[in-house]
Amino acid sequence: MSCGCCKADNKSEELDKIIAKYKDSRGALIPVLHEAQELYGYLPMSVQKKVAKGLNVSLADVYGVVTFYTQFSLNPKGKYKINVCLGTACYVKGAGQIYDKIAEILKIKSGECTPDGIFSLDACRCVGACGLAPVIMINEDVYGRLAVDDIPGIIQKYFDMEAEAV
Amino acid sequence: MSEFVTLTIDGKEVKAPVGSTVLEAAKSAGINIPTLCFLKDINEIGACRMCIVDVGARSFQAACMYPVSEGLKVITNSPKIRETRRVTLELILSSHEKKCLSCVRSLNCELQKLAQDLKIHDIRFEGELQHYPIDDLSPSIVRDPNKCVLCRRCVSVCKNVQTVSAIETIDRGYNTIVASPFHMPLKDTPCVNCGQCIVACPVGALREKNSTEKVWEALSNKDLHVVVQTAPAVRAAIGEEFGYPIGTPVTGKMVAALKKLGFAKVFDTDTAADLTILEEGTELVDRIKNNGKLPLITSCSPGWIKFCEHNFPDMLDNLSTCKSPQNMFGAVLKSYYAKKIGIDPSKIFVVSVMPCTAKKFEAERPELASTGYPDIDEVITTRELAEMIKESGIDFKNLGDEIFDDPMGEATGAGVIFGATGGVMEAALRSVPYLLTGKDDDNVDINVVRGVDGIKEAEVEIAGVKIKAAVAHGLGNARKLIDKVRAGEAEYHFIEIMACPGGCVCGGGQPIQPASVRNEMDLRAERAKALYQEDQSLTLRRSHHNPYVLKMYEEYFEKPGGHKSHELLHTHYVARENYPEDNC
Repeated sequence: MSCGCCKADNKSEELDKIIAKYKDSRGALIPVLHEAQELYGYLPMSVQKKVAKGLNVSLADVYGVVTFYTQFSLNPKGKYKINVCLGTACYVKGAGQIYDKIAEILKIKSGECTPDGIFSLDACRCVGACGLAPVIMINEDVYGRLAVDDIPGIIQKYFDMEAEAV
Repeated sequence: MSEFVTLTIDGKEVKAPVGSTVLEAAKSAGINIPTLCFLKDINEIGACRMCIVDVGARSFQAACMYPVSEGLKVITNSPKIRETRRVTLELILSSHEKKCLSCVRSLNCELQKLAQDLKIHDIRFEGELQHYPIDDLSPSIVRDPNKCVLCRRCVSVCKNVQTVSAIETIDRGYNTIVASPFHMPLKDTPCVNCGQCIVACPVGALREKNSTEKVWEALSNKDLHVVVQTAPAVRAAIGEEFGYPIGTPVTGKMVAALKKLGFAKVFDTDTAADLTILEEGTELVDRIKNNGKLPLITSCSPGWIKFCEHNFPDMLDNLSTCKSPQNMFGAVLKSYYAKKIGIDPSKIFVVSVMPCTAKKFEAERPELASTGYPDIDEVITTRELAEMIKESGIDFKNLGDEIFDDPMGEATGAGVIFGATGGVMEAALRSVPYLLTGKDDDNVDINVVRGVDGIKEAEVEIAGVKIKAAVAHGLGNARKLIDKVRAGEAEYHFIEIMACPGGCVCGGGQPIQPASVRNEMDLRAERAKALYQEDQSLTLRRSHHNPYVLKMYEEYFEKPGGHKSHELLHTHYVARENYPEDNC
């Protein structure tokens, strides 16, 4: 009857604990959302509803905060999280085209995840490596001084790693 | 006594109370600073930057937020300030959907006025236009984000005044939009349809769901007997749409206009308000005498009812089972009246003119069709009626006065004051002595429940019974009051709640007054004056003296709280989830 994502999971109990920990402190919302995202990987409606109810704030408030901060995600993240820096230095060095290329290969937009859950794509602001512009990060790996033509190879590397793992 | 500081504004020495803002100080000195997002007591956040002034700081400051201080030197008008304001406004305009000619707020748009005042003849920037879908799925409210200027007045009134929080500022930067969580349609949120967002909006981003075409259609259908009822608050405000000063009652002209529009009969909802008082008063007396559920809470305000269903499902048994006057009237028209004039109820089309957008939602409630037909066929707001009058070329100001039609034309002063906060309570207290003892007491003017205080309390002794009453208006105040009752911190017999601040006179369907007016005067008090004035002028001021209502009981409903009343004039409520369940 269900797709599994709303199953009464043990994460739900964990979330209760997180909410209880911050409930009575001022400015509880952001730390709770942070830990909830660590727990679930993203912040779906069911989690936001639970946080709103637990902290006695409106769902509108919670959703407003979640959509304001780029760290919070409404969608699940992939196994490999691609962050494309669109900060000023990277942008003038052609990060826009890099981003477009990745989006084209993976057929997803910023904030989205591939259906198989392998890759997710996000555009981010300066990662502090302007000397290497344009820069992308895949999980903790940094790739710098990129050209559009480098992209297919880099992504292929992760596809290959996946294939080996299976 | 508050302390004062002396500051200089444009070279003029000004005394202003500590804690006040530069904007307020300038106003008191006769200096107008342009504003857009500012709405007194509701939205004071300095978001739009139109009110920037030079206070000698590194950058210009927003006058609506900048506090006065001793010796402060303020310049409100210089070439650089004018140019900065103009650039800001041009940027706002650059991404605004400028379909002004066909906009619902054309000629009553604060953005348009500002563009004129600041002499914007040319917009130098070509902003990218966002194309957002319009949310028109709610029966009451239409949201068009393409016209939104992100002033956040609607968010603030929804969240801080009404404590409903159906909308928020979502996303950031260029993608910022006012929306419901997960961009749900308003109808799937805890929105109570009060429409306070509409009357706060400076532009055309929020409007009522317009029903005038459906009313025109009915009026031209020869097979239908189309009748109309008007709520008390409508007469107190519709004059504003035709240039009358705020607070001018125009009952006679309004009735004349409705007859000209072609309605077969023009009735006064106040008659049903009198009926409500007899039913609700009887319910109160019954609950007091027979240890029923107390406090009894009024059920006239559909915004409050939906709010209660969402937020206080444990209090639903406290709500009076009485339908609102609007729906009582509808039920009477499709039963008693239909029988009396010998027309089948299926051929009777009932239009109601209400100061309220939530009434549109109420009219659609499926449980309110106890005659087998919907009590009400269409609801239009005060604004929509004004629209129809203008559209049909009626010269409102030169109309003669006409009176409401029989057999339900007469109402008492008690019915009239329903439109102001405290009015239902006062009307009830005028009748309860009679319902309790069979005799009237001397109290007609019950001043303690009048006025604009958020929560009012009264205690009256009637025939040895002490009745404790409370009145709240604005849903934030209602929440405070009900929380106190639930926590056992306060005990009352009877509570009146109106969803809108000030009661129906400031409902979400009333004429829209711009911030420039609302910042200067209390609309709630001014419009209420018109109602108290009419009440004062009437000979019959207690609901149970209304001869038509008495006759209705004699000929049809038997007695207040009787079997027939319960069948037709009462209803029930349902607990509501705040948001629909996840679809997975």
